[in-house]
Amino acid sequence: MANNFLLEIGLEEIPAHVVTPSINQFKKRASDFLKKQRISFKAIKTFSTPRRLTLYITGLADKQPDIDQSVKGPAKKIAQDADGNWTKAAIGFSRGQGATPDDITFKDVKGTQYVFVEKHIAGKPVEEILPGMKKVITAMTFPTMMKWGSYSFEYVRPIKWLVALLNDTVIPFSILDVTTDRVTSGHRFLGKDVSLANADEYEEKLTEQFVIADAAKRKEIITKQINKIAADHNWKINLDPDLLEEVNNLVEWPTAFEGNFDDKYLTIPDEVLITSMKDHQRFFYVTDQEGSLLPNFVSVRNGNDYDIQNVVAGNEKVLTARLEDAMFFYQEDQKKTIADYVERLKKVSFHDKISTMYEKMQRVQVISGYLGKLIGLSDNELKDLKRAAQIYKFDLVTGMVGEFAELQGIMGEKYALLNHESPVVAKAIAEHYMPISANGDLPQSAVGAVLAIADKLDSILTFFAAGMVPSGSNDPYALRRQATGIVRIVAEKNWNFDLGSTLDQIIQLQNQENVAPKLDQAAQIDAVSNFVKDRIKQYLDDLGIRYDISDAVTTGSHTNILFNIASGKMLQSHKDDDNFKAIIESLTRVLRISQKGSFKDDDLTVDPSLFENDSEKALNKVVSTAANDYDSLNAEQDFDRLASLENPINDYFDATMIMAKDDALKNNRLRQLTIISKMILLIGDLDKLVVKG
Amino acid sequence: MTEKLSVQEIILRLQQYWAAQGCMLMQAYDTEKGAGTMSPYTFLRSIGPEPWNAAYVEPSRRPADGRYGENPNRLYQHHQFQVIMKPSPENIQELYLNSLKELGINPLEHDIRFVEDNWENPSMGCAGVGWEVWLDGMEITQFTYFQIVGGLEMDPVASEITYGLERLSSYIQNVNSVFDLEWGDGVLYGDIFKEPEYEHSKYSFEVSDQEMLFNFFNDYEREAKRLLKQRLVHPAYDYILKCSHTFNLLDARGAVSVTERAGYLSRIRYLARWVAKEFVAARKRRGFPLIKDEKKRQELLKDDKEEK
Repeated sequence: MANNFLLEIGLEEIPAHVVTPSINQFKKRASDFLKKQRISFKAIKTFSTPRRLTLYITGLADKQPDIDQSVKGPAKKIAQDADGNWTKAAIGFSRGQGATPDDITFKDVKGTQYVFVEKHIAGKPVEEILPGMKKVITAMTFPTMMKWGSYSFEYVRPIKWLVALLNDTVIPFSILDVTTDRVTSGHRFLGKDVSLANADEYEEKLTEQFVIADAAKRKEIITKQINKIAADHNWKINLDPDLLEEVNNLVEWPTAFEGNFDDKYLTIPDEVLITSMKDHQRFFYVTDQEGSLLPNFVSVRNGNDYDIQNVVAGNEKVLTARLEDAMFFYQEDQKKTIADYVERLKKVSFHDKISTMYEKMQRVQVISGYLGKLIGLSDNELKDLKRAAQIYKFDLVTGMVGEFAELQGIMGEKYALLNHESPVVAKAIAEHYMPISANGDLPQSAVGAVLAIADKLDSILTFFAAGMVPSGSNDPYALRRQATGIVRIVAEKNWNFDLGSTLDQIIQLQNQENVAPKLDQAAQIDAVSNFVKDRIKQYLDDLGIRYDISDAVTTGSHTNILFNIASGKMLQSHKDDDNFKAIIESLTRVLRISQKGSFKDDDLTVDPSLFENDSEKALNKVVSTAANDYDSLNAEQDFDRLASLENPINDYFDATMIMAKDDALKNNRLRQLTIISKMILLIGDLDKLVVKG
Repeated sequence: MTEKLSVQEIILRLQQYWAAQGCMLMQAYDTEKGAGTMSPYTFLRSIGPEPWNAAYVEPSRRPADGRYGENPNRLYQHHQFQVIMKPSPENIQELYLNSLKELGINPLEHDIRFVEDNWENPSMGCAGVGWEVWLDGMEITQFTYFQIVGGLEMDPVASEITYGLERLSSYIQNVNSVFDLEWGDGVLYGDIFKEPEYEHSKYSFEVSDQEMLFNFFNDYEREAKRLLKQRLVHPAYDYILKCSHTFNLLDARGAVSVTERAGYLSRIRYLARWVAKEFVAARKRRGFPLIKDEKKRQELLKDDKEEK
């Protein structure tokens, strides 16, 4: 017979964002548990609301399958003495297997007779296995855990009830002082407790008690209700999936309703209105068919439509108070100039151990100015960039951003335009925070993109210099995300520059202009370069570049984001070429042997008079040709040049003893190989490539 | 719609209700503080193993929130109704919802939700897990299971319910400005508090003597430390509260730079952690008299001896 099992954890309201990950975790743990216990099942259906996490497991086997097992014991000659009596070893072994010596048989294992006991382990019935679900429940982990009452146990919120029903029978276990039962709880206000006759009637009985337990169904109901309101008024409502998910996990019995606010508040920027509605009140905002914001909103009540006018009036009142505040800030903020705000940034800390925000802007002016010239911005763009860098953090001290922190940058753009800054400057202020998340949108304008890179580069460099380097999962200032942002922007804009020398230059310029922080930034150039290279590797991995290739091109001799990425793509495209293995093998041979020498950059002249054979002469000739302009070519061209060295390198190794006894000969040869290896390392440490035979 | 209770009637009903649930009705504590949590009846009493159930109104001063009595919802001083129960009762959410019914708020006529909001007060070394309670979209209550107070982990856990009396009353009386609330007997909130709001805002933002306040802060801090060394827990705590309020005044005045700010907060936190430890030690010396279960009491005292 197939069995159905219902397992419900009743809780005080779980945070909305935790509901879905938790039910998924619950399902996975239960499924793993059943597999480990060898109890087969057909499917697990999940239910989840703010107050419950529930699994409905169908088609469970009656019991574990039986196991027939041959257990090997000691050798026959140890198990029996000369007279054929059982020894202590044999008796002990059979006892250990729950048998007696009478059960022993002999079998031949590689020519020797051994003792065996045939064991039959009867599978346990499912009802004996299921109490183990207690551990499945208690092993769950959550982003924030809490204690309550006098218990030391930690969970997402206090556990209020447990339902564990195998068909029509309660599976008994307890967690703290809550014992499993067949009674579940209905809607907090509309419903009551209800006793379930069997596992199968859960969803139906809860619907009678005003709980839509199926999260997908609940979401569908909300969507339909909102779409109907939109259709009735000829509105457009953007059903933001994140907001819908959150609202869905705040209610058990949804009823969507509409409300209004005075249209005088429509003079406030849209972003402020939307933030007030969406982030603060969890309202859906409303536009007309053309996308213009309307003085209406839609929200979802956790209940039915009884006396819903109270709910509408209350929500309108709260929103109005918020908008009144926003209007006040919007008007007050415009009474001051950007210069006033910039002045106040002298008192705002970027970080205690680094500097003020004002000083950060001074450094970023230097960085962005240098970068802007390096990548060839026009004179007009450079002018806008300079202005943007002088003021770009000013909105942090406006009343509006003080109240709505998430509007940083966005209010900066608005207020900059109101203060007659150029649109390019205003846009750059908004864009410098981008990308806001790992896969977030990138700045579109060139000026915004340079400012974004400069701002992030300064943060990484100064935090490193102040000793606050991310380690493991500890990255409180999101420096990794910022470095990834730099990589993505450079890749998209196709900006070609060497990071190491750029860092060196900007630090010198900051010193010259007296805006450098009182920290040793120069000592961090290599660390910052390597930090960025790690993010380049991640970027290449995400593009599907083979791991050894992304590893090789990010462990070479220099950091040029664009070139490193191009090298990765280039090697990926060649990795299946017929001659790829042969080329890489000859090049890595050079890399390895060249490590036996150590020469300064200005001590790399090969002396032809020390050549002893033709292969040396030949190699020297092709290398000088290949090295011509090598540094300024693209990755593909560089690799072509290296590929052309394959045969001369092989001939050279066949004919030449590198580690000659004579030091002069040896060093001359190592110099030749070092020249080649420097060329190879520009692409990457190709020794890291895995080439299969 | 709901019956229009005056502010004082709301207070009386809440007191009546929570007293019936076994809470002692305490009075507001007479040292300035930013929140009901900072009353010794919550901060100190939530620490340690002894049970504690109390309810009280706490006038709470937040100088930076002053608006000269011009903003309808922001105040230099507002009133919190504070309920603290340790260990947290199993049915604390139901107790809370029933208290709303006492105020004439029938959940079926409204939308009441528990929205995640984890509370932190780093300067007092406190953190908790809980919700804001929304009544038709308005936050009327902060509901917290304390996890750490004064740097000490809670065992058992105290539950704290903080009603924002002005907000709750604005809803019940359906007024748009707190100054239009009826406090009692036809007297309006504005009649009582409009001038103090203006004067305190004026004082906090424009008139306060920074030099004097800086000196006060240092003096209060020194005094708190001196008293802590002598294990005079409650007088020391009063001076810690004074430090905190003095800092808030300086902050409102814009006298503390962002860099210095962290420094002041960590000085207060240091004192808060210290007094928390001293408080438990003092209760221990007294033999945890509020634990009525004699066996448990002896066990706790024995454990402590073994630890040392």
